[in-house]
Amino acid sequence: MATIAAPAVERENYLNTDFRVRSWLLTTDHKRIGILYLLSITAMFFVGGFAATMIRLELLTPAGDLMSSDTYNKMFTIHGIVMVFFFLIPSIPATLGNFLVPMMIGARDLAFPKINLASWYMYITGAGLMMYVVLTGGVDTGWTFYVPFSSTYSNTHVIAAVVAIFIAGFSSIFTGFNFIVTIHRMRAPGMTWSRLPLFIWSHYATSVIMVLGTPVVAIALTLVALERAFHMGIFDPRLGGDPLLFQHLFWFYSHPAVYIMILPSMAVVSEVVSTFSRKRVFGYAAVALASIAIAVLGFLVWAHHMFVAGISAYAALVFSLLSYFVAVPSAIKVFNWMATMYKGSVSLATPMLYAMGFIGLFTMGGMTGLYLAALGIDVHVHDTYFVIAHFHYIMVGGAVMGYLAGIHFWWPKISGRMYPEAWGKIAAATIFIGFNLTFFPQFVLGYLGMPRRYHAYPPEFQVLNVMSTAGASILAVGYVLPLIYLLWSLRYGEVAPDNPWAATGLEWRTPSPPPTENFPETPVVTWEAYDYSSVAEVPVAR
Amino acid sequence: MHDSSAVATHGLRHHFADMEQQRASATLGMWVFLVTEIMFFGGLFAAYLVYRTAHYDAWVIGSEHMNFWLGTINTVILLCSSLLVALAVHAVQVGQNRMCAIYLWIASAMGVAFLALKGIEYHAHFVEGAVPGALWKLAVPDPRAVQMFFYIYFVMTGLHALHVTIGVALLAVIGWHAARGRYSPVYYSPVHVSGLYWHFVDVVWIFLYPLLYLIAHKKA
Ligand SMILES: [Cu+2]
Repeated sequence: MATIAAPAVERENYLNTDFRVRSWLLTTDHKRIGILYLLSITAMFFVGGFAATMIRLELLTPAGDLMSSDTYNKMFTIHGIVMVFFFLIPSIPATLGNFLVPMMIGARDLAFPKINLASWYMYITGAGLMMYVVLTGGVDTGWTFYVPFSSTYSNTHVIAAVVAIFIAGFSSIFTGFNFIVTIHRMRAPGMTWSRLPLFIWSHYATSVIMVLGTPVVAIALTLVALERAFHMGIFDPRLGGDPLLFQHLFWFYSHPAVYIMILPSMAVVSEVVSTFSRKRVFGYAAVALASIAIAVLGFLVWAHHMFVAGISAYAALVFSLLSYFVAVPSAIKVFNWMATMYKGSVSLATPMLYAMGFIGLFTMGGMTGLYLAALGIDVHVHDTYFVIAHFHYIMVGGAVMGYLAGIHFWWPKISGRMYPEAWGKIAAATIFIGFNLTFFPQFVLGYLGMPRRYHAYPPEFQVLNVMSTAGASILAVGYVLPLIYLLWSLRYGEVAPDNPWAATGLEWRTPSPPPTENFPETPVVTWEAYDYSSVAEVPVAR
Repeated sequence: MHDSSAVATHGLRHHFADMEQQRASATLGMWVFLVTEIMFFGGLFAAYLVYRTAHYDAWVIGSEHMNFWLGTINTVILLCSSLLVALAVHAVQVGQNRMCAIYLWIASAMGVAFLALKGIEYHAHFVEGAVPGALWKLAVPDPRAVQMFFYIYFVMTGLHALHVTIGVALLAVIGWHAARGRYSPVYYSPVHVSGLYWHFVDVVWIFLYPLLYLIAHKKA
């Protein structure tokens, strides 16, 4: 047992200044708020994961035998709502983003620390209300809340679920709003826009989407709640209303929401790929602007979710074309990461494994997204498991891999301890294998015509479904592993040096864990982003 | 008395480098928040636009049942209150905290007047039966689409009234702080950003007024 004793006199840092619960619940320190978010979204991840487990267990056999179709509807709805609104949307921005945005630009805190804390309380309120919904009978509309089912026919807790999402939505607006102002106004001397880490560029783009998109879904869901409460409303055909309008408003946010999930992951991947290749990110400006382009184009493609819903053929054509355009900045990023690794001195530490996993799986998800953007193919595979597989490659293969890459990469900075590298690699490999085994068969299932959202299916689909469920079990093990060894490392992990990866960001030029004020004195930046000659060469921990 | 450096940093929060950075952050923050608000109302304006295009005649009928004069007076009230808020910002910039407070309080009172007139209008709609649903009594052609007009009318003006209510409270509180001399020509961001918010509430009404009250006039 080689537990390395902590230094006799520990440096004062944001974790050990005050141990009282009160000091955590009333903190305005962005780092502590990041930790609060980390704990809460982890809890919600396992709630969503539980629902996913139930889904996969039900689909082990063709007959709907484990639960009734009503219960199954609630399971996939809870899985979708919890994972999208209470895990993926806040995942990286609210944890790593909260922790790192001020540090990376050399600021003492976000521009509005109290609003930041308020954002966490709103999240907790929303999550608490959602848990109430889950525990008192659930909701069965699917995470998309399509009218008129949600507004008129569903007999479940639609209003409470909608209010929960509304509140959580405003917590995400607060986060984005804080990031935008902070990035504009709080940069340290010398930290020009062209010297910003790409993490910051991506978070800026993410924040723009949060601020512009979230209010639209908030009003759309409010209108659904009003329609339910008053038994009539804006989407009600009896008053000349149009249910399609709801879909437009919903997807106006919910398509860009995918970029709220993926852009921060791309942010992490840019940092990790550069650090573990020891090279400046190839085409820095192109990658930075690609983030902005994704945010802008992302707002122009929403109706690709509605090709078979009865929109005009011309609209469908335009939205199909625009959906193809989004692939361009995404591809720019992928190619530039490859070019960064090319002839770099690549080391395969755990964060890099996750990042490379991200690149592969995101590419798969992106390419199949192009299939779906094609009108003819979309008609064939609409509402099948092909769609499920596609967006899980983006949102789990992409977003969650990026999240785990980031958690491992910055764990030494956040906790002051190293995670166990061997276990890290084992978990990364387990997740990669489990993920592909879970979701690749679903592409085939969808192509063969298995529709989503049914608890029973024809027997000829069973083999692929068993593969998928087997993969999900492996994936579950992969997700539990980091939970165990990261907690273990808090006590038994090696004490982390200030800059274990010899990375270039400002956050690595201050102690691990950082002091409450982040930097002993305001840093002055005189080097370009990813300038590896600006840091002393130290061996990368493997 | 304060020495000059204490005055220059009065109201400065510790995580900002200087007053200028703090002021710029507050202003940008309010603008970003207002963009959020625009998108929030934007969903409703989109719904309005779609249905007005689909049911134009019903929209004209609905508009005929608006109280033109009350709407117009309310427009004037909000415009004047915005002027007062602008004057309040100017007053605080030149160090007249007392004048600033008075302007803000009058503006706040005008917000209350707006809400009172809006309440009278709502009451009249109820009496007339111009309320979609079970209380509907208007005998008009295409009653369903006209009900949709009123539904949107109530949602939009209701949401706006909620914003006015928040603004009334905000201006009153900021006015109270101003009266107690909390602000100075160096530190007046709260007055400035509250003013921005009030102007926004005003501008939303500037759009609502013609869209809801003046359609019938356009036809005539
Ligand atoms: Cu989409």
